Amino acid sequence: MNIIKFLENLSDPGLLNTPISRRSSLIDLKNKGKDLALVSIPFALAATSSKTKAATMSMASAAFQASVNEVLNFALTLEYLERDFYEEGLDSGVIPQADRDIFGLIYDHEVSHVEILKAALDGNDRPRPTFDFTLGGALNPFEDYAVFLELSQAFEDTGVRAYKGQAGALIDNNTLLEYALQIHSVEARHASQIRRMRGEKGWITRNETTIPSSFSAVYAGEENTVQLGIDLAGRFNNFGGVDAVTEAFDEPLTMAEVNAIAGIFITS
Amino acid sequence: MKKPVFNVEFLDRNGELKGNSRRSFLKNTGLLVAGTGLFMYSCSDDELNEELLVADAHAATKRAGQSFNLGKGDIAILNYAYVLEQLEAAFYEKVLEGEYYKGANAEERGILQDLYYHEVIHREFLKTALNSVAPPGKVAPDLILNFSGVDFDDRETVLTIAQILEDTGVSAYNGAGNLLENPEYLLVAGKIVSVEARHAAAIRDLLDPGTTNFASPDILVNLLGTGPAYDKALDPNVVLSAVAATGFLETKIITNNIPTE
Repeated sequence: MNIIKFLENLSDPGLLNTPISRRSSLIDLKNKGKDLALVSIPFALAATSSKTKAATMSMASAAFQASVNEVLNFALTLEYLERDFYEEGLDSGVIPQADRDIFGLIYDHEVSHVEILKAALDGNDRPRPTFDFTLGGALNPFEDYAVFLELSQAFEDTGVRAYKGQAGALIDNNTLLEYALQIHSVEARHASQIRRMRGEKGWITRNETTIPSSFSAVYAGEENTVQLGIDLAGRFNNFGGVDAVTEAFDEPLTMAEVNAIAGIFITS
Repeated sequence: MKKPVFNVEFLDRNGELKGNSRRSFLKNTGLLVAGTGLFMYSCSDDELNEELLVADAHAATKRAGQSFNLGKGDIAILNYAYVLEQLEAAFYEKVLEGEYYKGANAEERGILQDLYYHEVIHREFLKTALNSVAPPGKVAPDLILNFSGVDFDDRETVLTIAQILEDTGVSAYNGAGNLLENPEYLLVAGKIVSVEARHAAAIRDLLDPGTTNFASPDILVNLLGTGPAYDKALDPNVVLSAVAATGFLETKIITNNIPTE
């Protein structure tokens, strides 16, 4: 599906000219008509929670497991996405002065992550994609800082879940697995910081978020309470209950689920 | 009266003591300060609140008593994680028991309470998992822990220790990942480590708000010359030595059979 063409079918040009408030333009999108919200954002982003749950539970024994190079290229695509997103954000002036050091650091990390993945791929790296983080003008992350933060959070939390989902595929390569873990936890630091900058907790409660619900796929499956076959729900009523149980573990996403989220931003 | 105290000394990059700036101290704090571990010695009550002391790995005395052999294979790694989670949960339990430090605002209390809940959940989950897969007697006992030297009423002390525990937890899980054979265990360790990293970032931000402290180059390492953009991945023996050096953990942890690759 050509996402850009799909979005061109938005029939409300006035929407895109709506003055940008601190709230996400995607919330405006929803308010203009509930159906519009569902139609206008590619379905791939909407939660498919039962699918995710099944995928999560079968993660370790999935019939499909990517090759090492596929995993590295998958990660590289995400790092390119983050790197380019932060680069564009820093260049655009949308980031307030007080937060520039933070995003400068995050950007530097993503630059490093791109480099290490390319090095590990040793000539087998896929060409760098081009991205449109505005989704053809439907989003304005480089004009509205709130939107920039929302996308930042979405990308970091997705990145954490993406790496987590591929750890198993690297189990036979001690070095690469370790590198992946060392990147993965840094992305989690990023996610925690950005979430708290947006007024959310640094950790994910159930599948809840204050980023627009059109990005619910980012958090689908995070409501899981079963770990190693043990259902932890109901066991910690005096220790934060199900909220805490879901916060205490981050959940993986499959490669397909991540590609569905990231792919809408890729134009070539 | 002298009593054992936990204070963490800041050694600058030249290995020289800097007694003044708590802020700069925090930037370099880690269980492996100056590459030699924490140093501890006791000092008089008068100096307790003012001086930053140093915990000496060599000087830490352990009561004769409990020891536990982590075992071998994946069970050893699960036990290792269980030990660390016991330590973290017990620390935060003390923080909450003491009704937080002086001046803790609502956000800080909320964070510390969440950290307590999460570590208890991790601890109990690992205990349950271990009890279902390990032979009797092969699961770590309730550890003997000692936080008596910690001033739980002091914000910087509490948050600094929290930072150390969380950063160490991240590096421990990262270093243990490739020692696991069962991919289900690897996945669940992965699910925990990113939460510890979220914790670490939040604590670091409380200590130095709105800055790059959440993922400071001081705590990260450089891989393949690409820059300090990676969390540490430490060997279990390195982590456990540093933990022992804090004096918090009195149970002796034996690692002679743990996986090394």
